[in-house]
Amino acid sequence: MVGRNIARFFKYAFLTIAAVLSVFPLYWMVVSSTNANPAILRGSLIPGTNLFVNIQNLIAQQALGQAFINSIVNALSVSVVSIIICSIAGYGFEIFHSKAKDRFMAFLLVSVMVPFAAVMIPLFSLVANMGLMNTTLGFMLPMLSSAFLIMLFRQSARAFPHEMIEAARVDGLSELSIFIRIFMPTMKATYAAAFTIQFLASWNTFLWPRLIMTPGASSITMPMLLANLLSGYVTDFGVNMVAAFIASVPTIIVFFIMQRQFAQGIVGSVK
Amino acid sequence: MQTAKQEAKIKPFFTMTRKRGLTGWLFLSVASALIILTSFYPFVRAIEMAMYSGAGTRMQFAGLVNFQRLLIDPHLKQVLSNTFLFLLVQVPMMILLGLILAAMLNDPKLKGKGIFRTAIFLPCAVGLVAYSLVFRQMFAVDGIVNTALLTFGILDTPYNFLGTAWSARMVIIIGLMWRWTGYNMMFYLAGLQQIEPSIYEAARIDGANVIQQFRKITLPLLRPMILLTAIMSTTGTLQLFDEPFNLTNGGPGIATRTIAFHVFNVGFQQSPNLGYASAVALLIFVIAAILGLIQIKVGDKRW
Repeated sequence: MVGRNIARFFKYAFLTIAAVLSVFPLYWMVVSSTNANPAILRGSLIPGTNLFVNIQNLIAQQALGQAFINSIVNALSVSVVSIIICSIAGYGFEIFHSKAKDRFMAFLLVSVMVPFAAVMIPLFSLVANMGLMNTTLGFMLPMLSSAFLIMLFRQSARAFPHEMIEAARVDGLSELSIFIRIFMPTMKATYAAAFTIQFLASWNTFLWPRLIMTPGASSITMPMLLANLLSGYVTDFGVNMVAAFIASVPTIIVFFIMQRQFAQGIVGSVK
Repeated sequence: MQTAKQEAKIKPFFTMTRKRGLTGWLFLSVASALIILTSFYPFVRAIEMAMYSGAGTRMQFAGLVNFQRLLIDPHLKQVLSNTFLFLLVQVPMMILLGLILAAMLNDPKLKGKGIFRTAIFLPCAVGLVAYSLVFRQMFAVDGIVNTALLTFGILDTPYNFLGTAWSARMVIIIGLMWRWTGYNMMFYLAGLQQIEPSIYEAARIDGANVIQQFRKITLPLLRPMILLTAIMSTTGTLQLFDEPFNLTNGGPGIATRTIAFHVFNVGFQQSPNLGYASAVALLIFVIAAILGLIQIKVGDKRW
């Protein structure tokens, strides 16, 4: 009994330390965004009153509003378009499946093994030749389709009751409207998981926009703005932290809304 | 079947089955075309580009020169060993820690499970550049880590974490662990929830202790999940860029420069050389493919 209590104590202690270490950098980021440089350098862990001054200084240095709007537009476009494209493909692979389609899917899955860094140079030339440098479309192109997302929707289409499709066909619904009116509303959890994955990935992606966008251009995204801050001469901790904080707000919101669905979506995808 | 037959009477040449097959291809066409355009086509182009040298419009066919240059590149060895260090130290540590945390959180009697899970998963909500910025300031000479170490009397003078090769590498590893452990843990938790609690119950009755349960039940049943996360983390580390670029700028010197960073430098900085950068990029693919195959082979075997 005593042994079990000690084990339990260590378990809670371990989990508490892990939780504190996980949250601390974020806590420090939020607190520092409200403090002035001297307080941050003293190691202050209590919120200050300098938040608005830091925001003003940030706006004076960088096109904050522009970058924020760009990031929102880019991330929403990527997420919405890609989950539509990939879900209809996953549905097509599963509901109309044939040997040829299965083989084709296996071929597409090879793309998961290709690291982005290995293809980024030709992708860069492609986007440059298409005249898509510094554009939303150029930003979106490599993120619109992924074999991983297709697999996710293919798995969820597998669990989808086929009798419902048959019934809808008898009722005279076209294949496309069966997908839109029956499959899409039923698979909300999968869509939520896919949306979360795509939103976080496209909001945070840095290397790709860094390649196709000029650091000073009006099309820059939030991660690029953060990187720009580092190239300045003076380091204002408060300004940097408020920028990191603002850049994290949308993903933290998405994270909290979608946390549950994300976990469910993962379970579904790897079953 | 009924509907298919009826349809067949009306359109004898274009049967329902064939029509459906075609609809299926139509449904998957856009996504597939995009994957081919953004993954397979660039891959083939990378092979072609690697055989050219020069810049911009003055690219000239150079045969295998770029691949020979891989052998004499003075930075490549350092860059590769940095990448492998991150891979071999960080990935196994993170997977193990993720597994331990997941096993602890899977205890149905644990109180505050939701809080622990959310807290440990939370770093995933922060972008890579944003957290690089935070860690860069935490570990700066005048940052909070040094302030704390000085206050507690562990150090007498501030330590230049990011200016010293080994500690800079450590900071990157700590950052990666911080950002990704919770992410991997969620995969294991999802996998653990598929395991019947009665298996653990039976093991406990048979006298298996916690560590035995972990080794004999948890690990084998989570093998597919572990394999998945191992492959994802390996590919992720092979293209590690955001952290070394923003946290240490690859420094001091090139002590934390990764292979993806090297591709960026060769291809887009100072005197851009897209041909040679493509050759280095192909090397990333070869390494990723070899490691992926090894992991699948090992993962398939019984432990």
